[in-house]
Amino acid sequence: MPLTVEDRQLVTPGDLLAEVDYKAGENTYSENDKIYASKIGIVGSRRNIVHVIALRGFYTPQVGDIVIGKVVDINLGGWVLDINSPYQAILFVSEVFERSFNPRKDELSEVFNIGDMILAKVSGFDRTRDPALTLRGRGLGKITHGRIIEMTSAKIPRLIGKKGSMIDMVKKGTGCQIAVGQNGRVLVRGKREEDVAFTIKIIRKVEEEAHTSGLTNRISELIKKEKM
Amino acid sequence: MVEGSQKKNLINKKGLRVDGRKPDELRSTKFEIGLLEKAMGSAYVEQGKNKIIAAVYGPRETHPRHLALQDRALLRCRYHMAPFSVEERKRPAPSRREIELSKVIGEALEPAVFVDLYPRASIDVFIEVLQSDGGSRCASISVASLALADAGIPLRDLVASCAAGKVDGEIVLDLNDDEDKLGEADLPVALMPQSESITLLQMDGNFSQKEFESAFNLALKGCGQIYDLQKQALKEKYSIKKEVLEDLEGEKEE
Repeated sequence: MPLTVEDRQLVTPGDLLAEVDYKAGENTYSENDKIYASKIGIVGSRRNIVHVIALRGFYTPQVGDIVIGKVVDINLGGWVLDINSPYQAILFVSEVFERSFNPRKDELSEVFNIGDMILAKVSGFDRTRDPALTLRGRGLGKITHGRIIEMTSAKIPRLIGKKGSMIDMVKKGTGCQIAVGQNGRVLVRGKREEDVAFTIKIIRKVEEEAHTSGLTNRISELIKKEKM
Repeated sequence: MVEGSQKKNLINKKGLRVDGRKPDELRSTKFEIGLLEKAMGSAYVEQGKNKIIAAVYGPRETHPRHLALQDRALLRCRYHMAPFSVEERKRPAPSRREIELSKVIGEALEPAVFVDLYPRASIDVFIEVLQSDGGSRCASISVASLALADAGIPLRDLVASCAAGKVDGEIVLDLNDDEDKLGEADLPVALMPQSESITLLQMDGNFSQKEFESAFNLALKGCGQIYDLQKQALKEKYSIKKEVLEDLEGEKEE
């Protein structure tokens, strides 16, 4: 049986998407063999799975995601970070100290203090516990310089592009280093302040025009113009 | 509801009501989405002279911590009337009625929200009545469910709500303030239209069984109309022009 809505149609929560033959994908749910949308978004399907690309949403942690967090609290076992999601993340001391940790000798706030921004990876998350972070990975750790901007996490995939096409183009074109946190925070580092400002302008444009066609071309033209 | 207080006729000889509506006619209703920048989701409604704004924050950490539920999100709702929302200044502290309505509205919204996806978190809904003209609990439920959708919180369905009542012995839809105060009975209903589940049903005053049935069916019809308006408002806000509607998924891009 075909979909009850057109491909790429805008749907709202409760809209019927498909019956029987389909499976419920992202942002949908099934009830009595029927599949409904659970968020505002655009319908898509791949093989027999219907999904909705959400137009509004918030970041939900997933294992393996790179995120940018802000230290908001320090307790005995580690740091508590705000990662712009429903749950605060925990960075355990064991992730930082290679040796065994001695609370009498080691002062956690000397390593990361409240207010510090940290680039980290989600190492574990399930519904019974808050997400845990790790710093094991290239480039992960405390952020010492650069600028961080925030955008909706729903538009992060667009900023990255197919296999990183968009972000690679921006990096190459501007000569800046960009670290994209899946939680909607983006870190931009560059040698010259003008380059950083220009990169941020481009990222804002991608965010604004995330759902329009030919965006990659427009962005590449914008970069070319700036270079001349 | 007090007998003998009915001085003016609420329905005239032509069968029209005090504001000129037909018995089964809704007040003119307009929804607007996303007008508050800082809230994760927000919506505004004008239904007749009602003006109500709703804001949603969350899911977020529950504070105070001990209120957090281990198996699902806590849906908290605050219904509040501005001091200037009624003719005589309303004292700003939450009254008995507002506390009760907060509870009732929260319970009418919760069945629509997938609360079990976000254990230990809280979803906070704030409803502020700027101008009140009867039937504000129904309008609040409708507008709050739009704010929840705008926040990107997964919902089973929008909740549409509308009241029916008895005025001058006749069953009418969507009572205004005068009809609510001077009429005989009031029946607010909230509905999730897709699954035809009722999430709120209250009754104030007396109906015969027959009257109840016809009022109930009329209220459901009203909910259906509200539901259409809600969807229309969401679609207006989020529609992307066809010619530019292209690749949403980054992975698929060119």
